[in-house]
Amino acid sequence: MLLQGNEAIAEGALRAGCRFFAGYPITPATEISEVLSVRLPQVDGTFIQMEDEIASLGAVIGASLAGVKAMTATSGPGFSLMQENLGFAIIAEIPCVIVNVMRGGPSTGLPTFPAQGDVMQARWGTHGDHPIIVLSASTVRECYDMTIRAFNLSERFRIPVILLIDEVVAHMREKVIFFEDEKIEIFNRIKPTMPPEWYIPYEDTPSGVPPMANFGEGYRYHVTGLTHDIRGFPTSRPDEIGPFIARLHRKISSHFSEIQMAEFFLTDDAEMTIIAYGCVARSARRAVIEAREKGHRVGLLKLMTLWPFMRNAVERVLQTAKVLLVPEMNMGQISREVKRVNQGVAKVLTLNKVDGTIITPSEILSRLEEAL
Amino acid sequence: MGSRYEIRLGGSGGQGIILMGIILAEAVGIYDGKWVAQTQSYGPEARGGSSKSEVIVSDEEIDYPKAMKPDLLLAMNQKSCDEFYPDLKPDGILIVDSTFVTQVPTPRAYQIPFTRIAREKFKREVVANIIALGALSQLSPIVSARAIEEAVLKRVPKGTERLNREALRAGIAAARKAKREMAKVEISSENPGEDLFDSY
Repeated sequence: MLLQGNEAIAEGALRAGCRFFAGYPITPATEISEVLSVRLPQVDGTFIQMEDEIASLGAVIGASLAGVKAMTATSGPGFSLMQENLGFAIIAEIPCVIVNVMRGGPSTGLPTFPAQGDVMQARWGTHGDHPIIVLSASTVRECYDMTIRAFNLSERFRIPVILLIDEVVAHMREKVIFFEDEKIEIFNRIKPTMPPEWYIPYEDTPSGVPPMANFGEGYRYHVTGLTHDIRGFPTSRPDEIGPFIARLHRKISSHFSEIQMAEFFLTDDAEMTIIAYGCVARSARRAVIEAREKGHRVGLLKLMTLWPFMRNAVERVLQTAKVLLVPEMNMGQISREVKRVNQGVAKVLTLNKVDGTIITPSEILSRLEEAL
Repeated sequence: MGSRYEIRLGGSGGQGIILMGIILAEAVGIYDGKWVAQTQSYGPEARGGSSKSEVIVSDEEIDYPKAMKPDLLLAMNQKSCDEFYPDLKPDGILIVDSTFVTQVPTPRAYQIPFTRIAREKFKREVVANIIALGALSQLSPIVSARAIEEAVLKRVPKGTERLNREALRAGIAAARKAKREMAKVEISSENPGEDLFDSY
């Protein structure tokens, strides 16, 4: 079927079990709200158009606490407003999915034009030292799959997951083939098995992820944005604060292999590897094919998990690559991470474009040829 | 790469450029069974800004989703014709809505007054894009008239099927006429036969 990226995100959310959406429509993410406003009532779900993005994420957090898989979708300006509640969801460990379809910025910027300027905001937009999971997609099919993955990871690790898409991918329509017997794994949050009076809501576990009780099922506990003890009440004791913040990080850092996902295209013998994500990965793939036709050993590392940053994937391509090229539709956000991992091993080139248009294969090719 | 076919549709917001791209992508991708990717680019205005839609057709999965050197350009206004004509492949097809495009950059352009036909024949300017799609199915090898018709009927609002089907037919007829006229132009300019001289 012919499906749009945004439509695929909405359908992927439903497939993952999302039954609550609260949002405020914004170009270029509006179609996600549009589709879910029709589809959610059909599956006994709830759709609410809120007064703004702060309230939208607030409603999503509330729904999730009550046990419903919930999400919101927005673009840069709305994502900025969500930062406060994003931090709340991180510290209170509430699963939810936030889709940010990036447009040109800063501020209202370019509503209908693509950009990739929110990569660092997705990582560090909310204050305090915190872990986060950020995924991206470069095809319509991936929009569907990565939305499901976003829900699974957020349920698994009790953390908000951000799906960072660009306007090109969100508005693109592609032929997508779904097979009826496709096995799609769906993860639901682990609920407490002990009786309510024994439940300690933020107690450490081997995985670092405590079981989560639904509000309204007899498990009474306190939820706060203040740093809290294992029972959920505010604490100022260093021996409680330290282990809590450490656990928040450990539950992500000890599961990198489950979270991180990348695609290696002809990188095994590549002397030059392009590292790209989102729509630019498509241009890069075309550039790799054309460069190979000319006899250059070029490969592509497509990042599908942006955060936590995929150090191991970059290290793998560094085994053969003498040059890395990071084309991005921003002034260089992922390229900094690549340089950090690279530590001077290879030459890291950047290609930055911020004029509201996609980086083309020929622009990537000519940057590569400069380095030959 | 050889099998890649690129189409660019340009005009102003409100002319139905993006819908045209969606219908075309659906016709080629679903009803004609090829790989297809459709993208769009438009300004923040609801009406009046520039609007562009691109459809890439291929026998294999598509990587870069935008047009690099279009094989076909459909310009629904003068601005898009001026802006996009230089990108067109040397042997590419140019189709213009001659209601608005009064200065064509090449004599090889198919000039069809889609909007005028919509106004005069159907009293509904909104069907100009559907007329254009009908014409496109005749002037380009990439999509069949049958596939276009199925895709149009699936996308248009209920109750307008007859209007749209007739609009498609009007586009097909207009394209055939334009093709015949083009054939005449080509013979007279490139290959003046002897009888032509005899007539002097």
